[in-house]
Amino acid sequence: MKRLVAWAALVAGCLYFLLPLVGMTEFSLKMRRGEYSFDAYAKVFEDPRFWETFGYSLTLAAATIVFGVLLVVPTAYWVRLKLPQARPVIEFITLLPLVIPAIVIVFGYIRLYNTSSVLPLTGSAFGTDILLMMGYATLALPYMYRAVDTGLRTIDVATLTEAAQSLGAGWFTILARIILPNVLVAVLSGAFLTLAIVIGEFTMAALLNRPAFGPFMQLLGANRAYEPPALAVIAFAITWGCMGLIQLVTRFSKHERAKA
Amino acid sequence: MAFLDLTNLEKTFGSNRVVKDFSLGIEKGEFVSLLGPSGCGKTTVLRMVAGFETPTAGAIRIDGQEVTGQRANQRNIGMMFQAYALFPNMTVADNVAFGLKVKGVPRAERETRVEEMLRLIGLPEMGARFPFQLSGGQQQRVALARALAPRPRVLLLDEPLSALDAKVRVSLRNQIREIQRELGITTIFVTHDQEEAMSISDRIVVMNGGIAEQVGAPFEIYNHPNTRFVANFVGTLNTFTATVVAPESGQVEVAGQVVTLAGTPIPAGKGDRVTLALRPEAVRFGREAGREIVLPATIAEVHFLGSVIRLTVNVDGTMVALDTFNRPDQPPPPIGLASEISFAAADVILLPEA
Repeated sequence: MKRLVAWAALVAGCLYFLLPLVGMTEFSLKMRRGEYSFDAYAKVFEDPRFWETFGYSLTLAAATIVFGVLLVVPTAYWVRLKLPQARPVIEFITLLPLVIPAIVIVFGYIRLYNTSSVLPLTGSAFGTDILLMMGYATLALPYMYRAVDTGLRTIDVATLTEAAQSLGAGWFTILARIILPNVLVAVLSGAFLTLAIVIGEFTMAALLNRPAFGPFMQLLGANRAYEPPALAVIAFAITWGCMGLIQLVTRFSKHERAKA
Repeated sequence: MAFLDLTNLEKTFGSNRVVKDFSLGIEKGEFVSLLGPSGCGKTTVLRMVAGFETPTAGAIRIDGQEVTGQRANQRNIGMMFQAYALFPNMTVADNVAFGLKVKGVPRAERETRVEEMLRLIGLPEMGARFPFQLSGGQQQRVALARALAPRPRVLLLDEPLSALDAKVRVSLRNQIREIQRELGITTIFVTHDQEEAMSISDRIVVMNGGIAEQVGAPFEIYNHPNTRFVANFVGTLNTFTATVVAPESGQVEVAGQVVTLAGTPIPAGKGDRVTLALRPEAVRFGREAGREIVLPATIAEVHFLGSVIRLTVNVDGTMVALDTFNRPDQPPPPIGLASEISFAAADVILLPEA
């Protein structure tokens, strides 16, 4: 009986998650009347704005990941090594982006960094891009921090650090050659989550008026019928591709396999 | 001045004084063990030498050079940890080469040194393996090779054998000592295992409550403990309470008999109570020539340990442990058997009062 209930719950869960996806995918294939086709996808790919906005978002995602890794890995490492008592505070700070809406953050940015401020980042496209990247890094912070912190939990940070120090290594060498390679899978999962967030983010890019993929999806959704679900399917494919990559990296990393 | 000189070291964590006025000189090539129970400060001393803890007071000098204020990565000290601490993302060869790489040693020289080190620890074929592919003993040998590869001035061993099983522990400690002798490297070994410390050390520092209770060769520490703590901590010890009868002639009364101790006079007054101590191997079951003190005893416990049988006998209410060799033609005595024990006055240790 218990098994039956478990199976029923699993099937119900699968239906709940899969039905909308199947429906959306099916609809995206119905652009040609009376038969399934990839016309909607072809239209999306033919649109130069798709490639422009997608390329822009990818570039910003890459910058966000680099910035996030440079910010989060040393912070999480230092907190674990020297300031364990500060962990609850840091965790609270990293959780703030989940409770503060993106629109509040971006309005804050606009007020702080407008053209009449000390640091007028919104005065140029490049400056606004930096601001947007910072905003993305803030949004991805809860995921990146948790991923890295979980990765650090699987290794004996203190002893590895001391072993490296006794062999003459400084902080940069320790971080770059001992800590980062040992939490690489965690960092990558954080990076792929960041990528997924950045690719679909709308509020910040729209309010900072940057040509990102999120506002493009919204624009397309407002004016077309079949292309938006096609875009959504593409976005899902990118996210799942990222998750597949995480698995792949884990499988190919010998020492990570040993830890698991 | 000794090669490694620790002068009046102090370490305080908050209001807790973990190490108190600790001084020790270690000669070049010497193997010294810091022995003591958990919390006695031995690891803190080691960590101060390594540079992982900053002394609250005192100085550390290596080969005449003051290193107290130096960072750990500037001291050129090799260290082995209880938890192996091999870098999981690197192969065995890369682990051993790490210190050399950090120092900027050229690749060819590095490779030669790694080969040399892996041969030294008896794992020449294991260079391409990852730490997780090795047993605990092998990992610790790699950790030793890694610590020795950059030719450190001092080698620190922080309970490196604690996580290993008994057999591997004995073979690895012998190998560590062999390599240490071969390279002539000054070594400090931290352990709470007195057998381990006694078997491989040139000198032992017995620590208690942040101070060095006694420093000496294992033979000295075992046979002539300076304090009651050392006597109790190092080896098994039988203690008797005795009453001084004649302090000048070394006469005391124990278990209703007056016996004369060697090394008189006794530093106590007539009628004072003193504590006498005896190692189990100094006591014989029954009478034996040359062991002039004989006391009545009843067998309370018998532990058959293979080559040795450990007996616990009741001497006038005091439990005394003694060892006899196993003889196939003579089964162990039964519990409850009334007999005698004998020992020589020269073997009795008069313990200082606490």
